[in-house]
Amino acid sequence: MKSSNLQWKARLGDSVPGHLAAELDVFEHEIALKKQGKIEDRVFAETRLRRGAYGQRYDNGQRSDGKTTRTLSYPSTNTKGPNTLWDAPGMQRIKIPFGGLNATQLETLADLCEEYSDGIAHITTRQDVQLHFIHIEDTPALMWRLASVGITTREACGNSVRNVTACPIAGVCREQTFDVTPYAKAITYFMLGHPDAQSFGRKFKIAFSGCKENACALVRLHDFGAIAVTREQDGRTRRGFELWVGGGLGPVPQQARLYEEFVPEEEILPLAQAIARVFARLGEKKNRNTARLKFLVSKLGIGEFKKLVAAEREILPHDSRWTDYLKDVPNYAEEPLKPPSLLQIGAVKPEGFEPWYATNVYRQRQQGYATVTIALPLGDITAAQLRAVADVARKYLKETIRSTVEQNLVLRWVSESDLPALYTELKKADLATPVAGTIVDVSSCPGTDTCKLGIASSRGLAGELRIRLASKNAELDEAIGSLRIKISGCFNSCGQHHVADLGFYGVSRNKNGYTVPHFQVLLGGEWTNNAGAYGLAIGAVPSKRIPETVDRITGRYRAERLTGETFQAFIKRIGKAECKKMIDEFTAVPAHEQDASFYSDWGDPREFSIGDIGVGECAGEVIYPVDFELVACEREVFEAQLQLDGGNIEKAARMAYESMLHGAQALLKFKFLIAPEDPGKVVEDFRTHFYDTEIFFDPFVRGKFAQDFFKAHEEAHIARTVETAHQLIEEAQLFIEACYSCYARMSAVPAKAVA
Amino acid sequence: MLQLLCAHVGRAREGCRLITPDWFDPDKVQHINLKIFVEDAEAFELADAIPVFHQWIRDGVCPEMLIDVADYRHVSAGPGVLLIGHEANYSFDNREGRLGLLYNRKAVLAGTFQSRLAQAHRAALEACDRLEQEAPFRGKLKFDRNAIEVFINDRLLAPNKDETWQALGPELEKFFSGFTIRRQGEPRDLFRVSVTK
Repeated sequence: MKSSNLQWKARLGDSVPGHLAAELDVFEHEIALKKQGKIEDRVFAETRLRRGAYGQRYDNGQRSDGKTTRTLSYPSTNTKGPNTLWDAPGMQRIKIPFGGLNATQLETLADLCEEYSDGIAHITTRQDVQLHFIHIEDTPALMWRLASVGITTREACGNSVRNVTACPIAGVCREQTFDVTPYAKAITYFMLGHPDAQSFGRKFKIAFSGCKENACALVRLHDFGAIAVTREQDGRTRRGFELWVGGGLGPVPQQARLYEEFVPEEEILPLAQAIARVFARLGEKKNRNTARLKFLVSKLGIGEFKKLVAAEREILPHDSRWTDYLKDVPNYAEEPLKPPSLLQIGAVKPEGFEPWYATNVYRQRQQGYATVTIALPLGDITAAQLRAVADVARKYLKETIRSTVEQNLVLRWVSESDLPALYTELKKADLATPVAGTIVDVSSCPGTDTCKLGIASSRGLAGELRIRLASKNAELDEAIGSLRIKISGCFNSCGQHHVADLGFYGVSRNKNGYTVPHFQVLLGGEWTNNAGAYGLAIGAVPSKRIPETVDRITGRYRAERLTGETFQAFIKRIGKAECKKMIDEFTAVPAHEQDASFYSDWGDPREFSIGDIGVGECAGEVIYPVDFELVACEREVFEAQLQLDGGNIEKAARMAYESMLHGAQALLKFKFLIAPEDPGKVVEDFRTHFYDTEIFFDPFVRGKFAQDFFKAHEEAHIARTVETAHQLIEEAQLFIEACYSCYARMSAVPAKAVA
Repeated sequence: MLQLLCAHVGRAREGCRLITPDWFDPDKVQHINLKIFVEDAEAFELADAIPVFHQWIRDGVCPEMLIDVADYRHVSAGPGVLLIGHEANYSFDNREGRLGLLYNRKAVLAGTFQSRLAQAHRAALEACDRLEQEAPFRGKLKFDRNAIEVFINDRLLAPNKDETWQALGPELEKFFSGFTIRRQGEPRDLFRVSVTK
C-alpha cells in the first residue's frame, strides 16, 4: 500500500465537497476499526462494497497453480469480509453516471490506474470503470482523489442503486425522442444515499433510453428502465417515460414488464422512490438468489405490484427535489467547442480514415457534428491512452466524453471537418481501430482473470475471437460484420450474453478424468429494441473450439440467409434442433495425451480447475454412468426448449422438470450406485444427501439451484405460462450445470499432476 | 562520465540547480520502480512470459509473495504481461512501445532512498538474469543493463516537477555513477528518469 495514503486527505480536503468528505471520513474510520477487530466481517464487507471496493479472485488465500492448490501467505491474517483476506488485492468499481466523463476525470483515472492498480482502466458493461489489484488500505486515498474531480464510488456495489446508465449518444442521437441525460443525472443524485434505498436485499439497476428501437441503454434488462416518450395533452407536447420494471439477467434472466406506457416527467423520481420503498419492504432479504426486484414482481404479479407502488406513492412526503431539476431541463444542452462544419468529400484523408469513418463515426442530429467511438479491446485502456483522450477532448470538444455499455468511449460534438485530424491523433495512441459496433468488438466480463465467481476465461476467449475476427474483418459481409458477440465467465451474465447474437457463458465439464473449460452457446438474443429478446442455451462446447463454432454458425448464416433476414430470424427459421446439430460437431474433447491444450483455458497455461480442490482419487480414464446421464439431462432441457418453441408449454415444462429429476438421480446413483424412481423419494434423498450436507452448494449462490429443483417438484402439477415455462427451462439448465459442478467436485483428481 | 541533464520534455527551463528544497526529504520517497529495457523485442514471443510467470509463482522464485499473472498484450504500449505480487509486481512492460522488465515496488521499505533504489535495482537485475535463462527465452531475450528507467510511482511523494528532480537528481547520480541521467516525461507523468551509458 502507498506510504502517501494519509496525505491525500490533507492535500485535497478543501476541494472535496463536504458531504463526500464526510463519507470518506466515515470509511477511513471503519477501516481503522476493522483493523482493530471492532467491526464484524459481514458488516465491513457490505460497508466496503457500498464504496465499490469489491473482492477479487484468490482473495480467500487459496490458488490453484494447475497442479495443486496452494496457500497465498499474505502478511496479515486480518480479513475484510467472510473468508476474504485483508491484504489480498481487490477490485475498485467507480460509478460513472450515464457514462459522462470530462478530461480532468480521465487524467485522474490515468493517475490512479498507474499508482494503485496495474496500469489499466477497464470499462464495464454498465458504463462503470474498474481498477484491479487494489489494496483495501489504498482505497480511501483513491476515493479522495476521485472525489476531488467530482466522482464518488458510493453505492457502486452492494445492495444499493447501482450506476444509472443511459444511451451514450443521448442528446445527439438522430432517433431520440428527447435527451434523457438530465433525467439520468437527476435520478442518480436523488437516489444516491437515499434513506429509502439503503435496505434492499439486492442491487437495483436503472437505465434510461432515448428511443425504443435501439440498444444503447438495454432498458429491458433493468430493474427500472425508462424510455423517453412524449404525449400530446391540452394542446402541448408533454415529456414522459415508458417505464419497464423487474428486468434482469443473472442465473434467472427475466425481461422487464411494462409498468406504464406514460409516466410524466415530474413523476419519474417519486415513482422510483415509491418502487424503492416497496422493494425494500417486500423484497426477499434472506435468500439473495431470489432477492432482485424481478422476483418480487413475478411473485406479486405486475398488477398487484403496481397497486402497492401506487399506494406508496400516495403517502410519500413531498420532496422538492422531485421536480426542482425540471426547470433546467429545457435549457440542458452540451456545447461544442468548435462551430459546425462539414467533412470535405474530396479532400485527401489520412491512411485508414475511410474504414474508421464507416464504423466509428456517427453523424449527430446537429448538422455539422459527429460522435466518434473509440473501440477499446476488452474494454481496456492504458493510463497514457486516457491522457491522450483527455488531450483530444480538450482540443476538439468541450470534454464531452461518455463510456458505453459496449465497453468503449465516445467523443461527442466533433466538428466534422476536424475528423481527419482527430483520427490522426487517436491513431497515434492506437485508439482508432475501425471495429466499433462490429463482430470484432466483442464484449466480455472479467471472468477468471480477476473475478472470484468466474468459471472460464471470458476475456481470454474474447481476446482470441477479436484477433481471429479482426484478421478477416475486411472480408466479412455486412450482415456478419454487424453481429454482436458477448461473453460471460459464468452464469451471472455480467457480459450480458443473453442479449447477443452469439452469446457464451463459462461452464465446466468432466472429460476423460479431467475438468475441461467449456462455454454454453446462446443464439438469437436481441441486442436491439433495448434488449428485446434473450437467447437460450443450445449446448456446451469446449472453450478451445468456440472460434470454430463461431465460424461455423456465421458461415452458415452467410450462406443460407434470405434477403434481408436478420440473424434472429435466421436462427428462428432453421430451429434450435438444427442449431444444436451445428455445434455438436465441436463438442468432442480429444484425450489429454493427444491434445493437452483443451485442458487449459485461453491465455492461461495452468491445467484447468474449477476450484481449490482437496484430496481426491484419480478417476483415470474411467467413465461413470453419471457422465452419460448428465448429458442425457442436457438433451432433455434442450428438448424442452424445442417444445416451448413449438407452443407445447405443458410438455416443455414437464421435460424441464424431469431433466432436473434425472440430474438428481444421476448424482444419487454416483454416490450410492442406486437411486429411487419415485420423484418424491428422489427429492427427499437429494435433499438429505446433497442439500442438507451442502455438497451440492455453489460457492456463490449456495443452495439456490437445489431450491429451484425442490420448487419445480412442488409445482410440477401447476399449469405454466410461456413465461414461467421459459423460466423453468432456465432453472433446469442451471440445475444441470450445478450437477456437473457437484460431480466434478466429488470426482476431482487434483493429485494427478503433482506426481 | 556523469552527465546530469535537464531534459524535461515540453518545458523550457532556465537550468538545473541541484538544490534540494528543505521540504523534500529523498529518504521519504517510496515505491521506486526500475525498468531495464530489452535489446530486441522482436527476438522472442511475449506470450511465452505467461507460462514462465505462472511457473515462477509455482516455484516461489522471488522474495516477494507472488499472486497472479495478468495479460494485457491486447493493448498497445501498455503494461504488457504482469506477474502480480504482494510487495511488488514484475512485468514485461511496454509503455511508450519500449519493452523492458519493470520492477514495481508496491510495499513500503525501511531504509534510505539509496537502499530502496539498490533493492529495486537488484530485484530487477535478478529477474532479468532469470528470464534470460528460462527455456523459451534462452538465446533470444537479452536485456541491456545499461538502458534503464527509474520511476517513482507516487505523484504525491514525487511529482514530476523541478523540485523532485533537484532533490532526487543527486541521489540518482550517486547510485548510477558513470551513467547519463535524463529527466523524462511531462508534468502529468510519474517522476521518471532515463539512465543510460
